[in-house]
Amino acid sequence: MSHEHDSHHGHELSFIQKYVFSVDHKVIGIQYGITALTFLFFGFVLMMLMRWQLAYPDQPMPIVGSLFPNGMPNGLMTGDFYNELGAMHGTIMIFLGVVPLGVGAFGNYLVPLQVGAPDMAFPKMNAASYWTYLTGGLIMFSSFFLAEGGAAQSGWTSYPPLSVMAGQGQTFWLFGMVMLITSSLLGSVNIIVTIVQLRVPGLSFFKLPFHVWAQFVTSFLLLLAFPPLEAAGVLQLMDRLAGTSFFLPSGLVMGESVMDVAGGGNVVLYQHLFWFLAHPEVYVLILPAIGLITEIIATNTRKPLYGYKTIIYAAIFLGFMSFLVWAHHMFMTGMGTVMSDFFQVTTMIISVPSVVILTVLIITLWGGSIRYNVPMCFALAFLPMFAIGGLTGLPLGLSASDIYLHDTYYVIGHFHYVVAPGTLFALFAAVYHWYPKAVGRKMSSFWGKVHFWGSLISINFVFFPMLLQGITHLNRRMYNYPLTGEGTTLWDIYPHSASIQYLNEVISIAAWVLGAFQLVFIFNFFLSIKFGKKVNDNPWEATTLEWATPTPPPHGNFLTEPTVYRGPYEYSVPGEKEDFSPQHIEPKPA
Amino acid sequence: MSDALIKYIDTPHPVTGVTNSKLGMWLFLATEVMLFGGLFSAYIILRSGDPTWPHGSQFLDINLATINTMVLITSSVTMVMSWASLMMKSLSKFRLYMGVTIILSFVFLVIKYFEYSHKIHLGYLPKTHNFFGIYFTLTGLHGLHIIGGIFVNLYFLITSGKAWREAPTTFTGRIEAAGLYWHFVDLVWIFLFPALYLL
Repeated sequence: MSHEHDSHHGHELSFIQKYVFSVDHKVIGIQYGITALTFLFFGFVLMMLMRWQLAYPDQPMPIVGSLFPNGMPNGLMTGDFYNELGAMHGTIMIFLGVVPLGVGAFGNYLVPLQVGAPDMAFPKMNAASYWTYLTGGLIMFSSFFLAEGGAAQSGWTSYPPLSVMAGQGQTFWLFGMVMLITSSLLGSVNIIVTIVQLRVPGLSFFKLPFHVWAQFVTSFLLLLAFPPLEAAGVLQLMDRLAGTSFFLPSGLVMGESVMDVAGGGNVVLYQHLFWFLAHPEVYVLILPAIGLITEIIATNTRKPLYGYKTIIYAAIFLGFMSFLVWAHHMFMTGMGTVMSDFFQVTTMIISVPSVVILTVLIITLWGGSIRYNVPMCFALAFLPMFAIGGLTGLPLGLSASDIYLHDTYYVIGHFHYVVAPGTLFALFAAVYHWYPKAVGRKMSSFWGKVHFWGSLISINFVFFPMLLQGITHLNRRMYNYPLTGEGTTLWDIYPHSASIQYLNEVISIAAWVLGAFQLVFIFNFFLSIKFGKKVNDNPWEATTLEWATPTPPPHGNFLTEPTVYRGPYEYSVPGEKEDFSPQHIEPKPA
Repeated sequence: MSDALIKYIDTPHPVTGVTNSKLGMWLFLATEVMLFGGLFSAYIILRSGDPTWPHGSQFLDINLATINTMVLITSSVTMVMSWASLMMKSLSKFRLYMGVTIILSFVFLVIKYFEYSHKIHLGYLPKTHNFFGIYFTLTGLHGLHIIGGIFVNLYFLITSGKAWREAPTTFTGRIEAAGLYWHFVDLVWIFLFPALYLL
């Protein structure tokens, strides 16, 4: 691991090997990051189209409407197109946006640096993981251009029998999903092996930064939860392509005639297999985010994390319990009160470690000399936003109240509070925090704060009204509700929700404003590569190993292999010259 | 390549006692357990919910499946022998045993082909009944795993001369990992055979 070796490399690699088909974990991490951010923005655009239909139902959409001759004839959105947008918004945001950003980008970029490794354990497999992910994403994206039926439109959950009867887009969705699952499995094997095998001397498990622990637990969740979804995907593919009826019950009626299938299948079976993945998936979304937040909060409060081991044990317990709560998504399937009781008890139990984690982070703030820089602002906003998301989940975890709230906008408001101002704010914080390490320059602090305040205020105007709408029992999948004209309107079915109809317009306008503030981030992100303030190797004066590398870290990361002498969060140690004591600096004998 | 910098490719980690690739292979097998576990659970639920579900022996050929079980178990033995030959520094024996392993894998697939074509000839298609659906899905997915294994083993056989000359320890480690995979594929069949044919 010498200079000689690195310069030797510089001659060997062409531009394409170095920046496109690279096996360097940092390049792959950045590729993951930029691809995921692009997909996030794309998924956001889909949602902004849906919000037009909800705010101004059955009114032609100006300008943009003319771009979609099939989905929006004369600028009017069809119900099928609305369903495509909804299904693909969910799929893209979760599987192509947030998880690849949290695990693919930050897991890849930071884990080897924080454990002191020269690269991931399997660099080529790491590259394979990225390219499989991109292929899966492009397969999903391309389904919008299918002549017959367009993209998948059975919701991100793809429940049968609807999804089995749906058009070609669903087959693309399934193939894309199999690619994404493969990519996640390759990535998680890599992360686990890297953490177990490649820690530098002195770096025991209980000296790892919490972010590494979070990625460790997350990888196990991906590893064990994704394959059952793959099983469900294979069975659904067989239903669609080979004519089996794994998920089709006997005597299923479609279009006024009994479907010509053997029958005998089980619809709820799919839901079990799906949610066995999809509940741990929630923690796959949130755990890396909490890990990143923990690093940022400890650095910017200039004091050790309160309860380092507590938060680790909480994360492990959280990971374990996440496999035992899946059927709380299925209280309405009629699976029986005994099952419901079991799953509502486990659901109440899993809220305990989440609260432990949040409490640890809040107590860490106590007595700290807090630096209110951009990453810290996002990190601080994460705490109450995630708390709202978590607490609004409790009524959904109890089967009695869930019967009322199920499939309403309350659910949408709840999980978006967890994922959008929760996880995504954490990921934004992380982009601002580690950008200087990857680029060598800071992102603009002023525009960062514009982005922060704009996003924080508008995002609450998006999701809080949804909670109110849901409490009046507004159904989450309705696409129009003509207030005038003939026939039954939504407000005849839901007269109790008529009084909150105006909130749809508020939400939509807030969503578009939120979109505008993301443009600030995009410009800041790209312009700072050239015009950002130059920084040294450790601009935030942090203690973990990634700040001990040159900036940006070269191929092979460390100039000499570091040895670790200290825990990860030794800030303001009494008797030390500076208020931070990096892990690789040997303490002076007293 | 950057591989040169990464530790524990050839030598086991002093604490965990395994190389990177061996740990990685075990983790990969954990995902496979969950995949087939999900499918087996689906099989159990579908079967217990369907009173018309037949006994496997009514429609499937137990004799052919028994032969196939023997073929796969033998191929697992030869796979171990090929790895053991490398441990005893004999490349020629490795080639012999690896060759036999690959031939046995093809024998398995050929027998499977006759089974499939017989079923299709009789009109027992996946859509006929969920029993045939799950039969074709599970054995088909298992067959894909066999085909994947054949590709990997063929690659190792063809490149064995160069790989053995240049990095014998790495090569032996790769054969061991490939062996783990092959035993797992074998094990899946040991579960599939009673679940589909006998019960």
